[in-house]
Amino acid sequence: MNATIRRTAATLGLLIIALMINANVIAVIQNDELRARDGNRRQIIDEYDQQRGSILVGRKAVAKSVATDERLRYLRVYSDGPAYAPATGYYSVYGATGIEKAENDLLAGSDDRLFVDRLTTLFSGQQQQGGNAVLTLDADAQRAAFDGLDGQEGAVAAIDPRTGAILAMASSPSFDPNLLASHDPTEVSDNYEKMRRDPGDPLLNRSIQQVYPPGSLFKVVVSAAALSSGEYTPNTKVPGPALLDLPDTSATIGNYFDGSCLGGTVTLTEALAISCNTAFAKIGLKLGDQAIREQANRFGFNERLNVPLTVAPSIYPDDLNAPQTAQSAIGQFDVRATPLQMAMVAAGVANDGMVMTPYLVAEERAPDLSALSITEPEPLSRAVSTQVAGELQDMMVTVVANGTGASAAIPGVSVGGKTGTAQDGKRPPHVWFMAFAPAEDPQVAVAVIVENGGRLGDDATGGAVAGPIAREVMEAVLQ
Amino acid sequence: MSALDVTTAAVSKKSPKQRRGTELWLLVFAYAIGVAAFAQVDIVLLDQLSADFTTFALVFGLGLVAAHVSLRWLAPHADPILLPTVSLLNGLGLAMIHRLDLAEDLNPTDPDYVAQLGWFVLAIGIFFAVLLFVRDHRVLQRYTYTAMLIGLLLLVLPLLPFIGAEINGARIWVRLTLGPRTFSFQPAEVAKIVLIVFFAGYLVVKRDVLALARSRVFGIDLPRGRDLGPILVAWVASLGVLVFQQDLGTSLLFFGLFVTMLYIATERRSWIFIGGVLFAAGAFAAYQLFDHVQLRVGIWLDPFTDESGNGFQLAQSLYGFASGGVLGVGLGQGHPDFVPFAKTDFIMSAFGEELGLTGIMALLALYGIVIERGMRTAVACRDSFGKLLAAGLSVAIGIQVFVVVGGVMKLIPLTGLTTPFLSYGGSSLVANWALVALLLRVSDAARRPPEVTRREAVT
Repeated sequence: MNATIRRTAATLGLLIIALMINANVIAVIQNDELRARDGNRRQIIDEYDQQRGSILVGRKAVAKSVATDERLRYLRVYSDGPAYAPATGYYSVYGATGIEKAENDLLAGSDDRLFVDRLTTLFSGQQQQGGNAVLTLDADAQRAAFDGLDGQEGAVAAIDPRTGAILAMASSPSFDPNLLASHDPTEVSDNYEKMRRDPGDPLLNRSIQQVYPPGSLFKVVVSAAALSSGEYTPNTKVPGPALLDLPDTSATIGNYFDGSCLGGTVTLTEALAISCNTAFAKIGLKLGDQAIREQANRFGFNERLNVPLTVAPSIYPDDLNAPQTAQSAIGQFDVRATPLQMAMVAAGVANDGMVMTPYLVAEERAPDLSALSITEPEPLSRAVSTQVAGELQDMMVTVVANGTGASAAIPGVSVGGKTGTAQDGKRPPHVWFMAFAPAEDPQVAVAVIVENGGRLGDDATGGAVAGPIAREVMEAVLQ
Repeated sequence: MSALDVTTAAVSKKSPKQRRGTELWLLVFAYAIGVAAFAQVDIVLLDQLSADFTTFALVFGLGLVAAHVSLRWLAPHADPILLPTVSLLNGLGLAMIHRLDLAEDLNPTDPDYVAQLGWFVLAIGIFFAVLLFVRDHRVLQRYTYTAMLIGLLLLVLPLLPFIGAEINGARIWVRLTLGPRTFSFQPAEVAKIVLIVFFAGYLVVKRDVLALARSRVFGIDLPRGRDLGPILVAWVASLGVLVFQQDLGTSLLFFGLFVTMLYIATERRSWIFIGGVLFAAGAFAAYQLFDHVQLRVGIWLDPFTDESGNGFQLAQSLYGFASGGVLGVGLGQGHPDFVPFAKTDFIMSAFGEELGLTGIMALLALYGIVIERGMRTAVACRDSFGKLLAAGLSVAIGIQVFVVVGGVMKLIPLTGLTTPFLSYGGSSLVANWALVALLLRVSDAARRPPEVTRREAVT
């Protein structure tokens, strides 16, 4: 029997070896995949077991982790949650959004640059901590933007034209990320479900995730294309009839106001100041869609940006026929832009034609607050020449000084701006305002949208509803 | 090879050394590892050594000393490796059960570890009793058919009304209420040993007949038709366990055990072949007929589709292993309690998480040592009954480890057996210590120098 016993022993040995090989496969080959699976609660528990870094605005932490005696040790707490939610996002047991997601490696402490830090804590036995993210937001501007929207559906984006630093990123209605930071999964999913079903869509960051027809704001882009073509100066006379027949169709374009623009002929500056639709439609037809598209792209349209939050690309469509080109020239048809994109247009004009890459994180800091990285401003694209930029600045200052944008005027400061009213379906129009200030030394560029006229509904205009919000944001920065 | 050859071989090779000193040192080593593991759990989770630690260090130590002394007295020539190896497994198991107690509650009111330590004491008592009362393993051969009856009775017990109980879907428990406490045990664990005694006794007698070949088909010698009786009976009995008790693991264990012992006894490969065919047919029929078998197979193929439902256990188990990686997260520092039944069937994934691949490899190597020392005992044993008994006991541990560990690692469908010496569970622990006592008894006879051997006829 010894032969069969030996053979059986060898077989049992092989079974043990099979188990060993299987253990190796799981622990070495499959382990990364298994660890990353959603159903694996260990990851999240480990994350909550150490103090996650803070998200700072100035010196104030708008998101920080505080110790509790629950199983998940640290609770994420947001101060001024709804105001900052579009930027911070939320950090929940189900996942994260916003900066919480984009800067997760830093905040969770798993960033490669924190390796030495982790090593030290490993040997010193201290509790490991995450790094901190310092945002570019200006607390006063953010507050002014969020309060200005005052619950109306809309958004504000403000940037520093010289650097691209995002000074305000507000979206309304907003949500309180504290409601999603709870450690009770049922509570979190209930709250999340409520927010998801809310018709106001509070989870949507309208300033960068939503695109709108830019309406008359787009006339600045068309003006830029016109001036850059060399065929126009601010004083070039253009026809501005009451109605413009669109070629190849029976459709017409009229003005927002009844009648022609200042008797039928206006300068480019005047056309922008009174927002003359027919004049810009005609200019658009003359320039052609190709030239306008190239100009729009130089301002950042059709480009995918990460600030590091992902920004929805703004759109100037391909292959337009003549009537579509005419409609697009006044920001209708299928032209779409995020509020951040329109702030970038204002900023490009203000910064002598150079559009800076927008960014939301000013500094990344180690747990001990030493800097890991400081964001260097980077040019994104030259939109227009310095000379054209100067001409556009003057035109936009005229809009505020003598035109539709009077509501954004700040005493003692020269403000450039542009109003917009954009029809989007049958509901009351979206109203826009974009602006920069001060014209001679620009420190802030802002775009404001209030959807469907906000509280004023059909009576709303960009000047009446969006202009004052833009002014308050600029005042907050300039203080 | 005849028994006589083995005897001469054993005489010429084996020194008359008893090697109990070696065993003692290895035991000290096993004890130290167990105590260190327990201490680490306490220090990590409680920041201090608990009162439990003192009891553990004391009781576990005394238990090992008692086992060692039993061997010195009752089986001085027994294998010196087996006892320290299973002691190490048992120590680590106790530490892990304590660790899982603390995961539920840092101040547990009725910790399972205390119960398990009680079972350990009982197990050592049984270990001693087996060595004391079974002075010569060949005596057991006299009780071949008694063993069969007891074995079958034990298997049927859970099906009886009043005392039988169904826990977690398998009717494999007997529950007795004595005064304020309720005791549950799995008779199958004891039946395992008793049936091995029966198989060994039966096969020793019948092996010549069963080895007779009638025809040769495709190079395989097929047995005579009427000799198929016993394997068919074993097959039907196994299926009975599966159908009535829904206990896939025990069913597989008994049938695999019988076929392997049949093969060892007859030296005929055809039995493996026939067993394989019967197993395949049984497995196929079971899959077609029983939802719970289909469910198990479905979970095995893809535990993640229904991850929050039926696949939960296995998915959590795999997460445990993955989380442990190569070195493990360290005792007391993972979340092994996320896996349901971590103390019983899934204790390996708890080790996988906290001790990592390294720990799993070490534990599997320990099982490998137990099995190979057992098989070596079988080879060295001078009588056929002893050979079959030792081989059967080792094969039982081998199959059980493969089935349960393979199940929690998703190598094979999950069947639900305890992990010998590690899992929480009194019947399993006591039965496995009795099993090792029998192995050591055979080993003592096998390694004893011939001049001490009593002159008795070898069957």
